Amino acid sequence: MKAFAQLYAALDETTKTNGKVAALRSYLAAASPADAAWAVHFLIGRRPKRLLESRKLVQWAIEETGLPEWLFAECHHAVGDFAEVVALLLPPAADPAGTSLPLHFWVEQRLLQLRDADDETRRAWLLSAWREMNEAQRFAWNKLITGEFRVGVSQSLVVRALAEVSGVSGEMISHRLMGEWQPTPDFWTQLVAPNPTAETQAGDAMPPVSQPYPFFLAYPIEGDVEELGQIEDWQIEWKWDGIRAQLLRRQGSTFLWSRGEELMTGRFPELDALAELLPEGTVIDGEVLPWKDGAPLPFAQMQRRIGRKVLSARILADVPVVLMGYDLLEVEGADVRERPIEWRRAALERIAPAGSALVLSPLVEAESWDGLKQLRQQSRDRKVEGFMLKRRGSPYRVGRRRGDWWKWKIQPYSVDAVLIYAQPGSGRRASLFTDYTFGVWDSGKLVPFAKAYSGLTDDEIREVDAFVRKNTIDQFGPVHAVKPELVFELAFEGIQLSPRHRSGIAVRFPRMARWRQDKKAEEADTIETVKALLKTKVGD
Amino acid sequence: MPLLELRESGLYCAAGDFYVDPWAPVSRAVITHAHKEHAVAGCSAYLTAISGEALLRDLIGADLSVQPVPYGETLTLGSARVSLHPAGHILGSAQVRIEDQGEVWVVSGDYKLDPDPTCAPFEPVRCHTFLTEATFGLPIFRWPENTIEAINGWWRSNQEAGKTSLLFVHEAGMAQRLLAQIDAANGPIHAYDAVERITTIYRRQGVAMPPALALAEPERTLILAALSQHGSPWARSFSNASTAMVSGWMRIRGPRRRRSLDRGFVLSDHADWPALLRAIDQTGAERVYVTHGFRAPLVHWLQEHGKDAAAWSAPFEEAEA
Repeated sequence: MKAFAQLYAALDETTKTNGKVAALRSYLAAASPADAAWAVHFLIGRRPKRLLESRKLVQWAIEETGLPEWLFAECHHAVGDFAEVVALLLPPAADPAGTSLPLHFWVEQRLLQLRDADDETRRAWLLSAWREMNEAQRFAWNKLITGEFRVGVSQSLVVRALAEVSGVSGEMISHRLMGEWQPTPDFWTQLVAPNPTAETQAGDAMPPVSQPYPFFLAYPIEGDVEELGQIEDWQIEWKWDGIRAQLLRRQGSTFLWSRGEELMTGRFPELDALAELLPEGTVIDGEVLPWKDGAPLPFAQMQRRIGRKVLSARILADVPVVLMGYDLLEVEGADVRERPIEWRRAALERIAPAGSALVLSPLVEAESWDGLKQLRQQSRDRKVEGFMLKRRGSPYRVGRRRGDWWKWKIQPYSVDAVLIYAQPGSGRRASLFTDYTFGVWDSGKLVPFAKAYSGLTDDEIREVDAFVRKNTIDQFGPVHAVKPELVFELAFEGIQLSPRHRSGIAVRFPRMARWRQDKKAEEADTIETVKALLKTKVGD
Repeated sequence: MPLLELRESGLYCAAGDFYVDPWAPVSRAVITHAHKEHAVAGCSAYLTAISGEALLRDLIGADLSVQPVPYGETLTLGSARVSLHPAGHILGSAQVRIEDQGEVWVVSGDYKLDPDPTCAPFEPVRCHTFLTEATFGLPIFRWPENTIEAINGWWRSNQEAGKTSLLFVHEAGMAQRLLAQIDAANGPIHAYDAVERITTIYRRQGVAMPPALALAEPERTLILAALSQHGSPWARSFSNASTAMVSGWMRIRGPRRRRSLDRGFVLSDHADWPALLRAIDQTGAERVYVTHGFRAPLVHWLQEHGKDAAAWSAPFEEAEA
């Protein structure tokens, strides 16, 4: 636990990528396989679920700090992070060196056992952990218990460190980290085992049958699309607004993985039925889309389905889904990602079962970039987000890479709205007002219309924070109502009528496009203008 | 009869016709210490501790009309008897004791109880009413004991990596406290700009500190720079530097991380939570007013512990530093 807490502190202390990778490398190189496996598990964002009710954790923490509940709450509010505030408030450690028991002991013998232990045991274990640990260890430990183990390390940095420690390629490490695995010493040994050679490839280091491939992710086009060169060099498809997914059919089993590596098998009966029609050893990359009468339904319809445990016949009929397939990664059990995109596409067309829930993403034909720009105007009508441009002849790569796949999205909607409420953020934004609610005018009053957290620079955030502190007119818990003065241009992707929202409108992915310091609150948009967007056909 | 009241320009003492740390120009100002949130320009007359006079002139103007007062000497202003007592915050920082008709009030200004070789230690003053700051008035603020060693260690490891150590600190007080305590045998220390200027003022008052040197070997040097230099073009010109800040706020991860610093060291010229409670207790005051910082929690705590306490609010809050 000592080395792990030091790793956490080291990652937390540096903002530089090289420093983080160096810290990861030196931890992983020195750790036992049992500790290293757990560290990787947590660092890439996996976490044990439902260990204990947070209410109990809070109660025991407060008891141990010896503070009244109200004062603990004040401190929590100022710090913005439960794991941290507990580490700061617990009585000083008896031994400043802390515990010398290893990470895997604390995880396997304590953390995971919490789930099935009775409350008395849980409480005793938590108190003994806190009492044996020093402040840095308590913080890392609390992060593990609360499952909010974010330390500003992306998966790609962990992959880089693993690749440097093991000498295995980053692509191979990414692949080995996909899907379901248990953080055991054996897993660690396989993770850092040398790249398979032709002889060992079919041998004992077979990946689990459920393991998906790392997704290839596109970069947005920033300049003019014509900078990509000849249009003939590009395979063009619409950009669908669904859930990116890989459908696996191996050894008679089906697995559906989301891009966030969430296993979604069983959530879409249509796709389970589709998978049974696929040949053995097939992996398709595509988009789960609500689809009816040959066209997508609004994504909000899909959200009606996602939350439900039991899918009624009615909802299955109202919001059927398809897999909008656009790539094929495995054929007859063989990894075909290195084959050119045309080859993969042709193979996908060959295996697509007729009349199934697999729809092939149509290839868009355009003679010229101008022609394509014209066509792009239809995006909103077609309920797509623009185009995907994929370089002909290119392989299927790992992760977000510049060069072969580009997304060319349509301009978002935008509205000028007034800041009306603010509340402090969490994590690195704790104790700063960073989470805002915006209003638009409705018969002379500002009605809340969207919440947004992102889009401002750190300097702008500090300025808004200072404004909020000086101009709070009312307070409800952490939420401050402010003098309606600041105007921001909000950008968002979709807009829908919604009886559940006070403005009658729901928007998708709202964020601050810029601070309109040139505008007064009175000049912000009205709800009528916003509602008019429901009907707009501007694609660009 | 209250000895102080909150007026538009600040804390006013009617018995002596003066303000303590006013925030707008007034005719007579008693200044607890020469930090800009406490010392406004434009008053007709100032009164401050002798050891703080030069700092005050440096902060708001050489031609001020200042009456310097030794700690502990009693002046008569109107019907009030007024004296200044060390607050331990920075050189020349003072608590203001006001007595009229047997009633004693003390305004703490900013203070700390921790030892500091560059200024006189905090002196508890018995009073009926105590006006305290609460910049760090929450129990999460507990100052660790080994910060100076941690800074020495950071400096040494930067030297091994061939990096400049760029340390952002409050230029008046913290910079000199560090200069006096950091292990100068480690290598050269450079005081940049405002830090250099104020360090010179400290030296003239007889405060012993190792010399600050011209910047000759950046990769071995510890540079002390003002907080306001963080992110400045000057600071960014050090491409191979490790950056750190010293402040009580560094106790919390959020403020530490959003500044994109390599390190945050927890050390403050303000009292932490245990010290606030100890200082309040030592005054013996039955009434406590909390003037800035985390006012509400401290007031609530004091009330729960049998004190008559209330928050007095300034029109502004100090910037986070």
